[in-house]
Amino acid sequence: MDYTFQFGPLLNYLPQIVSGLWLTVGLSFVGIFGGIALGIFCAVMSTSSSPFPRFLVRLYVEVVRNTPLLVQIFVIFFGLPNIGVRLTPLTSVFIALVLNNGGYVAEIVRGGIEATHRSQVEAGESLGLTYFQTLRFVILPPALEKVFTPVVSQCVLLMLSTSLVSVIGVEDLTGAAMIASSETFRTMEIYLVVAVVYVALNFAFRAVLNLAGLMVFTRLRRRLLGRA
Amino acid sequence: MRTFGSPEFLFIVYALRWTLSLTVLAFVGGGIMGIVLALLRIARSRTLRTITSFYMQVIQGLPLLVLLFLCYYAPSLFGIEIAALTAAAIALTINSSAFLGAIWESALRAIPKAQWESADALALTPYKTLRFVIAPQAIRLALPSTVGFLVQIIKQTSLASIIGFIEITRAGQLVSNATFEPLKAFLSVAALYFAVCFPLTQFSLWLERRTARRGAGT
Repeated sequence: MDYTFQFGPLLNYLPQIVSGLWLTVGLSFVGIFGGIALGIFCAVMSTSSSPFPRFLVRLYVEVVRNTPLLVQIFVIFFGLPNIGVRLTPLTSVFIALVLNNGGYVAEIVRGGIEATHRSQVEAGESLGLTYFQTLRFVILPPALEKVFTPVVSQCVLLMLSTSLVSVIGVEDLTGAAMIASSETFRTMEIYLVVAVVYVALNFAFRAVLNLAGLMVFTRLRRRLLGRA
Repeated sequence: MRTFGSPEFLFIVYALRWTLSLTVLAFVGGGIMGIVLALLRIARSRTLRTITSFYMQVIQGLPLLVLLFLCYYAPSLFGIEIAALTAAAIALTINSSAFLGAIWESALRAIPKAQWESADALALTPYKTLRFVIAPQAIRLALPSTVGFLVQIIKQTSLASIIGFIEITRAGQLVSNATFEPLKAFLSVAALYFAVCFPLTQFSLWLERRTARRGAGT
């Protein structure tokens, strides 16, 4: 191999890469927390007693889970202008990421809710709790705690898939890398650096989300840290 | 200017064979590498286990798009031109191997240790133990997640469109450029993915429920 790696030219692109990194982090946070909120809402709707909202949620979840994120981004960004909805690239990817993550989280959380025993809901009712109180204090806390680990894995995967937003010209970490590579031709160097950054981000996100889980869920904390 | 009619739709449908070919390549390649990784993860040597785990963690922490770019551009360092199909197949194989390896490792670990010990006591060689005692049970456990991951691979092949490989997403882009009707083009693409993935997702769910029932029965 007569190729000399030159990482020097990349230094000029440091500001772009750093701002791309922040955009990746921002997109991930919106996608993760927006998706979790939407997912929990949909999971609750999917256990509703009337069939119509159940059907709508089912349809949404199956469509999101059985089509690629890339195609979802294309439909929102390139397709919607056909019916008069014009969105900027950034708005399109925010919507796509939240919708995408929401579908996956909804399916995971639904599993957690269904694993909650029916008698607990009945106990809540017999104590005179309203539907929302039962939901808030009886059903959701153990359900969310049960599915915490798979939700974290899903959210880390979402962080990695934010790289797809670069395809429609959003300058996230991958987008910044694409620009730097086409201007310097140091393609390998740049993607190797970006690869290392993503692997580091992966561990950082896992750590932050797990820490957040420890702060939110008391039982998880007790199990992991003993009686303290 | 062309309008979006059945020839355009059929163009996208015909590209489905490339999506499926790429999926098969990635699933077979990733499957073979995944078996090796899963076995290395339960090997006796601690060094082997650590190296394998490191490899799997790194690949799982890497966006497929970045891996795809690395696979597409790296051979040119050696002066070799590589076809988009080859690059995509290699990237998807590497990516799937790490995820399938993790799925199968946890299935292997789910088999109680006592079974290895009793097989050992019956003087079965490690290979025979794996072949006749552990694998049949582990496969049953891992099947639902494996089918689930197959769906993942099908969806991930859409990334090959970015390096110019003409599978259904790229075909959709071409049709959209020719007809200026991106909504119809990309909705057709989405519908095709759905038509392929949805039955597999349901199959995976059915397998999962069946495994759970059998688990409860025994």
